[in-house]
Amino acid sequence: MASPTPAPLAAAPDLPADTRLEVTRLDAESLTIRITGRWVLSRDMPDIVAAVEHHPPLAALRRITLDATGLQAWDSLLIAELRRLKALCTDHEIALEVGTLPDGARHLIDLATAVAPARINRRSRGRLGFRTAVGVECTRAARSTADMIGFLGETIQALGAALRGRARFRWVDLFEVMQVNGPAALPIVGLVNFLVGMIVAFIGSIQLERFGAEIYVANLVGIGVVREMGPMMTAIILAGRTSAAFAAQLGTMQVNEEISAFRTLGIPPMQFLVLPRVIALVAMMPILVLYADVIGIFGGAVVALLKLHLSLTLFYEQLVGAVTVTDWIGGLVKSTVFGVIIVLSGCLRGMQAERSASAVGAAATSAVVTGIVFIISTDAIFAVIYITLGI
Amino acid sequence: MQADATTRIHPRCDLAPSGGDPHIEVSDLTMAFGDNVLQHDLNFTVERGDIFIIMGGSGSGKSTLLNHLLGLLPPTRGKVIYAGRSLWDADEDERDSLLRRVGVLYQSGALWSSMTLEENIALPLGEYTDLTPRQIRELVQLKLALVGLAGFEDYFPSQISGGMRKRAGLARAIALDPEILFFDEPSAGLDPVSARRLDDLILQLRADLGATIVVVTHELESIFAIGNNSVFLDIEAKTQIARGDPRRLLEECDDPAVRSFLTRGREPAEPAR
Repeated sequence: MASPTPAPLAAAPDLPADTRLEVTRLDAESLTIRITGRWVLSRDMPDIVAAVEHHPPLAALRRITLDATGLQAWDSLLIAELRRLKALCTDHEIALEVGTLPDGARHLIDLATAVAPARINRRSRGRLGFRTAVGVECTRAARSTADMIGFLGETIQALGAALRGRARFRWVDLFEVMQVNGPAALPIVGLVNFLVGMIVAFIGSIQLERFGAEIYVANLVGIGVVREMGPMMTAIILAGRTSAAFAAQLGTMQVNEEISAFRTLGIPPMQFLVLPRVIALVAMMPILVLYADVIGIFGGAVVALLKLHLSLTLFYEQLVGAVTVTDWIGGLVKSTVFGVIIVLSGCLRGMQAERSASAVGAAATSAVVTGIVFIISTDAIFAVIYITLGI
Repeated sequence: MQADATTRIHPRCDLAPSGGDPHIEVSDLTMAFGDNVLQHDLNFTVERGDIFIIMGGSGSGKSTLLNHLLGLLPPTRGKVIYAGRSLWDADEDERDSLLRRVGVLYQSGALWSSMTLEENIALPLGEYTDLTPRQIRELVQLKLALVGLAGFEDYFPSQISGGMRKRAGLARAIALDPEILFFDEPSAGLDPVSARRLDDLILQLRADLGATIVVVTHELESIFAIGNNSVFLDIEAKTQIARGDPRRLLEECDDPAVRSFLTRGREPAEPAR
């Protein structure tokens, strides 16, 4: 008897009509299954186990004989069916006789049943009650803040080492981060702040025109941009641009075990990776914000000129009178703090990343969210402090 | 260096069997990146049912050759012929249908990290067959059981060990009962016992599924344990310098580069002066 050869699943034709399953209950204890024809991939393949279960009672059954002498072709779908049959037989202590199956098929069934399925505790993903959920979220938020503060502490330690001239990092890394997050960010920072300046002037001009106080649009744009919109918009752009990039870079390094390699070589990753980024952003943020302020005011001036027909000279004179040096310094101080937040959220999430590809994406997302939330809340705190101090 | 297309370069040790049933034929294949020729004028035939080893030192272009065979990268020159049909002369649809009969186990498993093991294996079944969800689930369980991972259906690739990932990758590679199975460095990163088990599994699957198997490796143990045909890519000559059963090559081939490789450098490539 020529033994039938396995056929590839993907190339298998539809189930031919001669594929048949016959189940005969010989007596209380024994049953035969006859399979004939081509048992290859098809959604119409007869269900052997269901057919056996149509001949109850199973409890009395002692022996099942599989007659495969008429089998012409088979593939793993038949093996999968027979594996289920074998499991059924094992459960009911029934002897399964498969001697007429081709050797390959018998080996595959043996191989598939050789290792018992691992008993695994399925992690229950049950729904949490409302109070539990609130509690879980609160502890998570608290832990996240604690992580951030701890990370800030480690950064300050690294900074201390740097001040004593003992920090290890490469200057070329520092300059590269400065290049990418300074000059290379100018176009997008410029565009966004120009538009924001225009929007502020536009909204303000509509209100101010009613009182004939068009000239005060310079005060509005100047103070609005220098104290709030310039630092905040720039920080949000960098949170999206820089923070995400840092998280992805460090997350990928975590996946490749590069960060572990630094640790084992005795090079603190905080000094080598985080420190140059902190220094670069603390240096670059005020410059970027200064640039953003100027562009934002210019955007406002353009609206004043075109819509309110205020000359640029007049606008400038009014602006100089309205915006004090304190306003400028207040904005720049704030921007430095934003810079630190951007670096820390990016680096923290990157270092925390798990070792998988999806973790890198999650780290980047989380970095941006963390960054923006901290930026806005810090901005609110600054507003209170400045008002209290009368600045 | 540029051989005329009509004159084939004959390897120094040619023990390749002749007159079989060719499953994959590679003819006059040249692989190059720009002007940098990696290998030129490769000619070899993988017979149906072979366990064919592509061997050679690091940097000899084994993995690039695999990419040419798998349809991932067009060769600079030459043909890859699957069962009489040229892979790179075929249009996209035909190439897809040729490659659907091919399963690949990548070096690190290459499981999709956002899917569970079950979803990894069910994806090709769902794409290319019209089986019912129950049948797909049964097939997934069978394939995982075959590689000894029954019960791990709901695990994500990041939650299991490297050796298990490799076996899960094999379960995905055999999801569609392929006619040809490619293995890229199957024993890399495995302990000796797991590597041996994987070799046994390869032999068993070849016997039971009747597949042709192509293995890219430089692991001598595996080469001698499972291979019955091979091609040796040499870095210096930039082409094949030996073909045939690796065990016979060890006995009969007197080329120093081949001997040095097959004896782990015990016999040096350059004879001592």
